[in-house]
Amino acid sequence: MVCGLSGTVLVGNLERSARRAARWLVERTPVRGIRDWGIKFSLWPVHFTTACCGAEFAAASAPRFDAERFGFLPFVGPRQCNLMLIEGTLTRKMAEAAVWVYEQMPEPKFVMSMGACAIDGGIFWNSYNIVRPKDILPVEVFVPGCPPRPEAVARSIIMLQKRIERGESVGLRV
Amino acid sequence: MASGSEVGEVAAPIEGALSGISSELSVRGEVVSIRVRPEDLREAAERLLRLGFDHVKAVTAIDRPGEGIIEVVYHASSYGNPGLTGIIAELRTSVPRDDPRVPTLTEIWPSALYQEREQWEMLGVIFEGHPELERLLLPEDFGGPPPLRKDFKIPTEGINA
Amino acid sequence: MSGAGSGERTLELLIGPQHPASGHMRLVAEVDGDVVVRLRPDIGYVHRTVEKIAETKTYLQTIPLIERPPLADTANHNLGYVMAVERLLGVEAPPRAQWLRTLLAEMNRIHSHLYGLGIHGIMLGSSTAFMWAFGDREIMIEMAKRLTGARITYSYMIPGGVRRDLPPGFAEEMEKALRYLERRLPDYDRIFFSNPVTRARLEGVGVLTREDAIRLGVVGPNLRASGVAYDVRRARPYAAYPELDFQVVTRSEGDSMARMLVRVGEIRESIRMIRQILARMPDGPILAERYAKMIPPKWRDYVRETGRIKFPAILASLRPPKGAEAVSRVEAARGEAVFYLVSDGGPRPYRMRMVTPSLRNVVLFSHLTRGCRVADIPAIYGSLDYFPPEADR
Repeated sequence: MVCGLSGTVLVGNLERSARRAARWLVERTPVRGIRDWGIKFSLWPVHFTTACCGAEFAAASAPRFDAERFGFLPFVGPRQCNLMLIEGTLTRKMAEAAVWVYEQMPEPKFVMSMGACAIDGGIFWNSYNIVRPKDILPVEVFVPGCPPRPEAVARSIIMLQKRIERGESVGLRV
Repeated sequence: MASGSEVGEVAAPIEGALSGISSELSVRGEVVSIRVRPEDLREAAERLLRLGFDHVKAVTAIDRPGEGIIEVVYHASSYGNPGLTGIIAELRTSVPRDDPRVPTLTEIWPSALYQEREQWEMLGVIFEGHPELERLLLPEDFGGPPPLRKDFKIPTEGINA
Repeated sequence: MSGAGSGERTLELLIGPQHPASGHMRLVAEVDGDVVVRLRPDIGYVHRTVEKIAETKTYLQTIPLIERPPLADTANHNLGYVMAVERLLGVEAPPRAQWLRTLLAEMNRIHSHLYGLGIHGIMLGSSTAFMWAFGDREIMIEMAKRLTGARITYSYMIPGGVRRDLPPGFAEEMEKALRYLERRLPDYDRIFFSNPVTRARLEGVGVLTREDAIRLGVVGPNLRASGVAYDVRRARPYAAYPELDFQVVTRSEGDSMARMLVRVGEIRESIRMIRQILARMPDGPILAERYAKMIPPKWRDYVRETGRIKFPAILASLRPPKGAEAVSRVEAARGEAVFYLVSDGGPRPYRMRMVTPSLRNVVLFSHLTRGCRVADIPAIYGSLDYFPPEADR
């Protein structure tokens, strides 16, 4: 693509350059801080229940623990979500679906995994039908417990927020 | 708690209903255990249904490689007949391990539909005449022997590993 | 949405496994316009091979394992499994342990039913029902935590008894909790069950006739909503149920609304039962004499003072007789759970068969949705209180 701008002629792909410039800009200090602060309080986990930890995950979103006060509200479709929470064991059949759902999510996207099973199999470590989430997805925060208490889920959300704030979790795949 | 004598009372009509079929009857707690040959399975189930055992609680196959057989066990009981609700009729048969074929009982007890399918998948027992003998729980690409057979090994922990 | 179905008119619609209606399963619906011609549940997304793993664990280690699939309803399955083990071993729990087991089973039934109610609320788009039910569920979970130390995975019943005795002041706290729940239930009626939107979506939807319910071997509230008064607690009473006064809640309509209302009725019955249990619980040991005498002497004072059992070593290597078999059934919150254990004389089960209520209710998906509208699928799904991990095991 060639375009002229007040006498100068620029050669190259303008769209690509604009994208790169935008990325350069959002990585600069003031913009980046504002961006990360914004992401921190708008974590939308996709409604994707992989196993029994979903019961405690639901309790974390319910009145007593109320994860919504951290800006954390389960939402229906992967297209509008930026956080994937692996709720417990990932079976082989479910792992396939998990990757599909993850790929449909827009960036920046984060993955948390909940429960001992999602770390290294937990009580089902010797099952022939499970997958370790860390093998197939870039997991940022692991929540131990079988099942983890809702407080632990709440704490892990705060941990992820801190990581986002410090710039350790960018949630972007280049 | 219902006493053993109550189960004994029910065992008698079951024995009567199964006359003509070579079967072994034994009573264990609330369970009346009936062992039949595979070819008599359908007939025995039909007679139990007529007696009032209207649903299947569990279909279980047990792999016994030492004896070269697979046992197929149906636990049936009754919802409709108040005299039978406290009793479980355990209908069991054994088939050779290398060619495990039993007639399906889904026409007699539709409640066995999913569990027969599961046992087919997990132990490779072929329920002949079953309307949809296809994968239920395992992923489509699952390979290897049926997982609940004893020769399907999974890692174990501790010193016995 | 994908692909074409069998004919030109129909379309195959894939719902799940990621869908708003909280489920780890896929429904493959063949639709003609808006009408479901055929629906096939594709389960197995949470198949974690519990039956196989049980063969590599000792009888005691299997207790936490069987609690994982029915996570919202652990106590009842725990009880069913322990009853089967006790039958293999020929042990019987002392009376106080039986009453404590019944207490926890009923508490679990209340919070499991509230869980079902809340999830059904989400499926109908009623966030209020979810928030209320999950909030009130925490009351029972908190009480169970005081009794057992865990929120939902109690592992409270062990072969021969229970792990802990009642903590001091439990009955008074429980009375407060029950009064609160009783006060709340009419609120649910007002805002949810007599709500015209709820009624329009649930009444007459997914009707299950009595004959079909029996023929398909349906269990639990789904069966009782179709007018079959079958309840294991009545048909073959176990634990302390023979001595308790309770009604088997049934309804005759068999629709989604009836299934929900049976659950609410059961919460009321459970509240009554918990009151009776706390008023009439007998005194005595909480572990069978056979195992209690094997607790090391240095721990006996601790056990007496705190009411918490220190496990004797024998529990780690229970060996039932060779060839022994046991069947047990309990009325879990979602319906009847059946355990079938086969022993080969070793310390591990030779075969453990676990038939959970959800597994037996799977058949309803294809049966009830035939001819219904696509929008009715969540209303029917929710009313079955189906919990996929429980069905897949």
